[in-house]
Amino acid sequence: MNCFEIKNLDLFYGGFQALKKINMEIEAGMISAFIGPSGCGKSTLLKTLNRMNDIIEGCKITGSVRLYGEDIYNGADVNLLRKRVGMVFQKPNPFPMSVYDNIAFGPRTHGIKARCELDAVVENSLRNAAIWDEVKDRLKKSALGLSGGQQQRLCIARALAGSPEALLLDEPTSALDPISTGKIEELLLTLREKYSIIIVTHNMQQAARISDSTAFFLHGEVIEKSDTKTIFARPADKRTEDYITGRFG
Amino acid sequence: MRRRFDEQLADMHNNLIEMASLIERAIARATKALETQDAGGARDVIASDDIIDDKEKEIEMQCLNLLLSQQPVARDLRQISTALKMITDMERIGDHASDISELCVYLSGQDYIKQLEHIPRMAEATAKMLTWSINAFIKNDLELAKTVIAHDDIVDSLFFNAKKDLIALVHDDAENGEQAFDLLQIAKYYERIGDHAVNIAEWVIFSITGLHKGSQVL
Repeated sequence: MNCFEIKNLDLFYGGFQALKKINMEIEAGMISAFIGPSGCGKSTLLKTLNRMNDIIEGCKITGSVRLYGEDIYNGADVNLLRKRVGMVFQKPNPFPMSVYDNIAFGPRTHGIKARCELDAVVENSLRNAAIWDEVKDRLKKSALGLSGGQQQRLCIARALAGSPEALLLDEPTSALDPISTGKIEELLLTLREKYSIIIVTHNMQQAARISDSTAFFLHGEVIEKSDTKTIFARPADKRTEDYITGRFG
Repeated sequence: MRRRFDEQLADMHNNLIEMASLIERAIARATKALETQDAGGARDVIASDDIIDDKEKEIEMQCLNLLLSQQPVARDLRQISTALKMITDMERIGDHASDISELCVYLSGQDYIKQLEHIPRMAEATAKMLTWSINAFIKNDLELAKTVIAHDDIVDSLFFNAKKDLIALVHDDAENGEQAFDLLQIAKYYERIGDHAVNIAEWVIFSITGLHKGSQVL
């Protein structure tokens, strides 16, 4: 079953075409990695999956993106879409408020007010993000006091609080040390069963370690998408081979 | 950007070429010692086996260091893992040259029951297979690797003929039995050298195509 179906997607920033005729299916319940040199369009495509590009002036999109069959650019409620498709960025960005309020922020926005219900959402989200044991005694303290790795898992917990169907991660570990990176990777592997995960990464070993499928982007095009083992053992396209072996980029 | 990595890979290639030339020389000298019944030459081959073993260890360490430091993928990963597999077969070929030389020392005081005919041809064919398999790796030459595998039939056929001749000699005179058995063992060592060259060629094909004996291993 496909989580996303992308058809003939073109994206322009003013006169610059950042994505060219993207056709791609993203399987549900798997980790998909997007790789490619800077400026290749992988983060741009990620952002089109929950319409983060809408806020960029001069951005024009043609083609279609379907989430479980539903066209997300044709009449979809953007707030609801972002609840269904959570996003985590390169730099951890906790809100300047308590750990508890960071997680409860989204559910409150969507109308959950009852304290016991919010408590349950906060605990479940933090547990699912494998950070509950580390923060359960400091829920009322500022999230800004957490370490970088903890902040990033908090951001994942915040995305999970909306019970999303898909989780988008844009280089989520590039600012973290190897131990925090390892924890996030372990976490993503456990979350894979419940959520469709798409990760943009510059770390080839990370893509090889945790993803089920990998797509290689270059100059706004998808050059090759295949199961991860094939991409890293015997890529079909020479450009993929040249990139992952460090011959360019 | 990856100049250092390319230099390290070139260095690994050079070491493989060196190891291959040591083995080719060992086979040639063992064969010559066998033909001329030169016990001294045979002992030299046995003594030089340590140099081949040391070279294997050196390349092994080089490959493991590359895996650790470069975390290779795709073609690089296939090349380095192929080199690691190749050196095991190359080292075994070196052992067989030494095994042949040991029997050569033992046989050096005896007249041969028959002029050596098939064994020198086996030696020539297997040395070629080894050279080709290493060249195929260095040059990424798929056709040459396939030629090595096809050439093994010639070696097998020579072994079969050598065996048939030796059996006939034992039939004629049971006294020939002991030496016939030693010569058969020598022929078998050459036949095994051919098999190791085939193993190398199969890994070279993996290095080029990503498939080992037609199956995906990575």
